[in-house]
Order: sequence, then C-alpha cells, then structure tokens
Amino acid sequence: MEKDFIHQRKIIYDRYVRYLFIACAALMTIIIFSIIFFVGKQGLMTFTDVSPIEFFFTDKWNPLAHKYGALSFIAGSVVVTITAIIIGTPLGLLGAVFMSKIAPKRLRNIMRPAVDLYVAIPSVVYGYIGLTVLVPIIRSVFYVNMGYGVLVTSIILAVMILPTIISISEDALNGVPKPLEEASLALGATYWQTIYKVIVPSAAPGILTAIVLAMARAIGETMAVQMVIGNTPLMPKGLFTPTSTLTSNIVIEMGNTPFGSAWGNSLFLMALVLLIISLLMILAIRRIGSRRYS
Amino acid sequence: MLFSGKKKLLAVLGTMVVSTMLFAGCGGNDKAASTDKAATDLKGKVSASGSTALLPLLKPAQEAFEKEHKDVTVNIAGGGSFTGMNQVGEGAVDIGNSDVFLPNEYKDKGLVDHKVVVEPFVFITNKDNKVSNLSTEQIVGILTGKITNWKEVGGEDKAITLIHRAKSSGSRATIADVVLKGQQFTDNASIQDSNGAVLKGVATTPGAIGYVDAPYADKSVKVLDMDGVKYSAQAIIDGKYHVYGYGHMYTKGEPKGAVKAFIDYVMSDAFQNEYVEKLGFIPVSKMKK
Repeated sequence: MEKDFIHQRKIIYDRYVRYLFIACAALMTIIIFSIIFFVGKQGLMTFTDVSPIEFFFTDKWNPLAHKYGALSFIAGSVVVTITAIIIGTPLGLLGAVFMSKIAPKRLRNIMRPAVDLYVAIPSVVYGYIGLTVLVPIIRSVFYVNMGYGVLVTSIILAVMILPTIISISEDALNGVPKPLEEASLALGATYWQTIYKVIVPSAAPGILTAIVLAMARAIGETMAVQMVIGNTPLMPKGLFTPTSTLTSNIVIEMGNTPFGSAWGNSLFLMALVLLIISLLMILAIRRIGSRRYS
Repeated sequence: MLFSGKKKLLAVLGTMVVSTMLFAGCGGNDKAASTDKAATDLKGKVSASGSTALLPLLKPAQEAFEKEHKDVTVNIAGGGSFTGMNQVGEGAVDIGNSDVFLPNEYKDKGLVDHKVVVEPFVFITNKDNKVSNLSTEQIVGILTGKITNWKEVGGEDKAITLIHRAKSSGSRATIADVVLKGQQFTDNASIQDSNGAVLKGVATTPGAIGYVDAPYADKSVKVLDMDGVKYSAQAIIDGKYHVYGYGHMYTKGEPKGAVKAFIDYVMSDAFQNEYVEKLGFIPVSKMKK
C-alpha cells in the first residue's frame, strides 16, 4: 500500500516535470512566433502607403518627402556581407586547417580558447577600434577623404565572423574519417595534396555551413557597422564610399521615428527583410546539413 | 516518502521561482506608481518623455521641483522628439518634449505648445580648415551638395565632407527649417545618431563640416562664424544669429494641476536664470519678440 502510494506520487511528479518542459518549449515557440508576427504585421503595414516596387527597387530614401526606396540599404547589407565573407573565409578556413591538421597539440590547446575569446568581445568594441584605428589608417593609406565605408566595415565584420568560420570548419575537418586521409597518403600524395584534394572537399558541407552561419552573423551585425559605415543613404559605389545597411539605418532612425507611421513601419519592414534573409540562410544550412549524411 | 515529498516541494518552489521571474517584468511599475502619498498642496504624478537634448535641462528642474512639492513625482524619459510627441498625443505621458514644431500628422491631436527654452546650433568644422566664416548662402550650398570643395568658399583645395544627423533627428529638422528653408539636404553625407557622434566625426575627419547643439561644441572642433557673426547667446538675443530652435513641451489640452505647476516652474525666472544659461541654452524670456 505504502509502496503503491510512493509509486503514484512519482508518476505524478514525473508528469508535472514533463509539463514544465512542455511549458518552457511552448514559451520559446510562442516568443519567436510572436516576434515574427509582430515584426511582420508592423512591417507589412508599410505597403498601405508605399508600393513594394518602390521599397525594394528604388534607392531614394527620404521619408519626409514620402520617398521610401530601401534598395540602397538592402544593397549595402548584401555588399558588406559578401565582402566580409570574401575577406574572412580564406583566413578562417586556413586557420581551421592549421588548427585541425597542422598545429601541434599544445599550440592547438592555446589557440582554441583564443578563438573563443573573439566571441567574448562586444561588438561596440570592434566598432570603436574600427573608428579610431582602422578608419585613420584607411584614410592615409588609400588617400580617401572620409575613410568610412564598405571596406572598413567589411574588415571589421571579417574579424567578427572569424570564430564562427574557424570553429565550425575545424569541427568539420576533424570529422573527416581518418582512413580517407591515410589512404591518400598511402597513395603517395603529399600532406598538402591530401589536405586540399581530400580533407577539405570531404568537409565541404561543414565548411559551407560555417560560411552561411557567418553570413547570417555579418548581415545582422548592427553596432560595429553603424559606427564605421558612414550611414549615407546612397548605393554603395566602391570600397571607400560610405553607405548604409538595413541594420544601421534601423538603429539610426528608430529613436525619433513615430511608431505606426509609414516611416516607422518601413523600419519594421527592413527588420522583416533581415529576418527573412536569416531564415533562408538557416533553411540553407539545414539542407546542407542533411546532405552531409545522405 | 518524506524524501519524495521534499523533492516535490522543491519542484513546486522551483516552478514558482521561475514563473515569478518570468512575469516579474510586467506590472511592477504600476504598483510603484499607484502608491499615493499624503496631500499637502499639490500631489500626483507628472510624466514626460521625448527630446534627449532637453534632458540635461529637465533633470535639474525635476529635482528642484520635487524638493519644493514633496507629493509630486516627476518622471522624465528620453526617446526622441517624435517619441515624445507621439506619446503625449496618445495620452501615454503628460508632457511630450520636442525640439521641433508639431509636424502635420500631429496637428489634429489637440496638443498645446509650451516653448520653454531656446536651443542654439553652431556649425563646426575640422580644425585643419582655414575658413572661419561662411555666409548663409555658402552654408546652404554645402548642405545641399552644390559646394563640395573648401576652395569654393575661400579655403584650401580639399573636399568637404558633411557629417550630420539622421532624417528623423530634431536637430536636422531645425536646420532644414531655419537654414535651408525648404531646400533638401544632399544625401552624400555621413550620418551619425547623436550630437556627440557628429562632434567626434567632425573632429577626426579632415575637411569635415557639421552642426551640433551649441553646448556640445568643444575645443576639438572649430566653430564657424555665420555671415560674420560669431556665435554667442547675446548674438541670438540681439537677433543677429539666426540658427536656433525652440525646446517645446507639449501637453494634450491645457495643462492642469501638477503638470501645469511643473511647466510653470520650468518657465519661471528663478529656474530659467539659474539653470538655462549654465547649460548652454537661452531663456525664452530674453528673446525679443
């Protein structure tokens, strides 16, 4: 009887704990969906005042004169992200190869936490260093007037995405089965040939995942970008022209923009565009990830 | 038996703690705000939000006012001019602080304007710049992008970089109003999100020009004369220097009770003479109508 009772209690206890977990999971889901719903609802309300064609395909941004062309911000975000990937990927990938295959174990044990440290640096610090160190350097090296712009932003973003690229690529490289490597060496390939003909291609899905994740991080970065990009609402025309990104324009204008106005809504629409881009990237990662094991 | 009972108690407690933490964020403010104090003369709450440029002025006003009227609580938040006008329009706050006159969208909300202070602006340039005086016409040329090199206004051969505020900024709206008078700013400019950031940008970028609220201009930049007039409070009072806006406090309808008392206090000679000039603003009372 007594034993039965204890057993009963345990079952009840078990059930309640399960409810707790379900509640937590539900809460998480509710939060993310309400964010998407809120941003989406507020953002899509823009289209009651502005045509989608104007928003996505013109670059004249002057809400005070009812011009809501956001193309320059979208282009700015894309250009800066791609340039950052072009700078950051080779660096990160080579670093990952070094750490995974070449570095002696002791060095590796120092480098891993060092790479993790990158993540611990707040983005405002990256921005501040960019503003006070990198901008003057670019100004004097390239003889440009302002120094703000695509190049300095991309360099900073490239540094910020390095840890993502390095740690995920390194995991992918470590995951390549040892026999592949050994077979390649046994066939007479040099170590270098083995790395770039066997190991890196086998790890390609993981490396691709790293790059896409890094892109997601780069396109969403706000603070550091805002400090060095110049925030000029014009199309990016070169590496040294100041421009704007979706994130930098949101942060610059949100403070003084009436909520619920076409202007405020269009900022939410920019947030929605970012959200959709990130969502697509995550879907892409899932596809790449599933291909790896099929 | 005893053990499992304890465990259950722990689980229940844990759940309670977690849920309290989750919901603690909501509703806390109401409880604090609704505790009324005993009445003497005036009592109640005054809430204000809006312009960050007015914050340094209103903070001392709040402290002094609360000392005089012990039963009045004054809350002043930032958020920007449009936030202030928005919130007072919706009735979320008693006072909306703004650096700009009401835009058309707000005209039908029954807001009453109280001009409490004059906010002067100065044009600043990087220290390397040799030009120390610009005419209004030249400044308009620079701001609209027609003049792009310092040599066109009597300086050396160096490109002009305009660094200024975002389209949603009250400062920018004031400059557009009093200097550009309806013409459009060039888009070819670097945009910063605060007075401090503009100051830093101008101080570090060769050939840069920008504008800030006068109290912000410091030794790191060069303050330009306009039409041969050097900026000073007196020059504005005498009507010789024209680049200024008003700090507004908007209320929905005519203010009553504690709200009225607070605005009256801000506009009183005692407060205006003691604080306003010290903070780099100019008392409204001194302006010649």
